[in-house]
Parts: sequence; C-alpha cells; structure tokens
Amino acid sequence: MPQAARPKSPHLQIYRWQIQMVSSILHRAAGIALAAGTVLLVCLLASLAAGPDAYAKVQQFAASTLGQLLLLGWTWSLAFHLLNGLRHLLEDTGAGFQIKTFVMTGWVAVIGSVVLTALVWTCVLLQRGGA
Amino acid sequence: MNDKHLRTPLKNVRGLGAARSGTHHFTVQRITAVALVPLALWFVWFALSLIHLDYAGAHALVARPFNAVLLIAFVLSVFWHAQLGLQVVIEDYVHTPGLEIVSQLAVKFLCVLGALACVLAVVRIALGS
Repeated sequence: MPQAARPKSPHLQIYRWQIQMVSSILHRAAGIALAAGTVLLVCLLASLAAGPDAYAKVQQFAASTLGQLLLLGWTWSLAFHLLNGLRHLLEDTGAGFQIKTFVMTGWVAVIGSVVLTALVWTCVLLQRGGA
Repeated sequence: MNDKHLRTPLKNVRGLGAARSGTHHFTVQRITAVALVPLALWFVWFALSLIHLDYAGAHALVARPFNAVLLIAFVLSVFWHAQLGLQVVIEDYVHTPGLEIVSQLAVKFLCVLGALACVLAVVRIALGS
C-alpha cells in the first residue's frame, strides 16, 4: 500500500493555517516531545538512586545550554499539552464545539501555555538569583 | 461450529469495532489524562523545589513517603499515557507492516522499561539505599 503514489490528505500547503489545526498538530507534537522527555526523568531518578557522582552528571547536563533549551521546550510542551488536554476533556463532554468557543479555547491553550511557561521559568530564575 | 453461525454480525461487532477492543483505549487514555492533571501540576512544583538542592537535599526530598508515592503515581501515569498516545501516532503515520509492528513493540517495551526504572529508583531512594 505505501508503494502506490496516490494523492494523500491533508494537503498542508493548501490549507490556510488556523488555530483549529495548529492546536491539534501542536498537541500531538508536544505529546511526542514529552514522551522523549521521559528519558531525562529516568536519568534524573536513576542517578539520584545511584549516587552523588551520577547525579552531578545529570545536573551538569541540565544546566548546560542544550539542557536548558530542552527543559524550556519541555516546560512549554507540558503546559500546552496540559491546557489543550483539559480542552479535549471538556470537549469529551460534548461542550465547546461551537466554532466561536472552539477558536477561543484554542487561543486560551496557546497563549495560556506561553504564560505558564513564563511563570515557571520566572520561578526558576528567581530561585537562581536567590541561591 | 454451529455456534459460529448462530452469531449475528451485530453480536460480533457490538462494542468492539475493528480493533476488537472497543472504547478501551479511549477510556484508559482519558483516565490517565485526568490523573495526570493534578499529578503533572504537582510534579512541576516538585521539580521547582528540587532544582537548586544538592544531592543530599534532593535525595531526602524524593525519599519522603508523600513525594515518593506521588512520584510513582506520576511516572506510571506518564508512561501509560505516553504509550497510548504514541501508539495512535504510529497507527496514523507508519503503514509499512513490519515497521509498524516493530515500532509498536518498541514503544511498549520502552515505556514499560522506563516506568520500571523510575519506580525502582524511587523505591531505592525511599528505602534509603
């Protein structure tokens, strides 16, 4: 079946970008990113069980530029997946499907995720400044 | 043999669908999602209090029974929910028969291994080894 060169749907280059599709795509992308992020969770807990040397290595990675960028990305992914997930749970009850409401809740998830990420990293930076 | 013919097509599909598991995947995905709402919020708070502790402090924080229990609940829900989500992604995008089965199995095995590794680590920390 994959060998047949048939046209496939959706044609991303034809669709106009809109919040309905962006929030859907981002939900899946954030979910995949979070699944990848569990590697760090395993490393963190396993190193904490293993001893100070192993834990220092994980801390060192987390504090590196790459580590900080990944953590920032995972913070946003978690915030968005959480907010958009709540939106999905709301929609599972049959509510929120009017176009106006659907667009509004989509924007709440996108903007809210940025706000939550900023909030968490403000806490991180404040702690850093205080420590 | 005869029993087979006595079953109507409706009996064979009712509540099960093409995947033979009905709404089970959907339901479990929602249950783990609902569990993860408070657990993820707690985990962010927990991670924020963990960040600037030294090894001994971090070890002691995870070792507290309340934190250890919630951490185990969090990692079990996370890996369960991740497996369910990644399964759908693979179902949607990977259509090469062999590759699909291999990637589905890999995701399942990795999620179970990740969950086991996390639980063992938390238990070791909590029991003070």
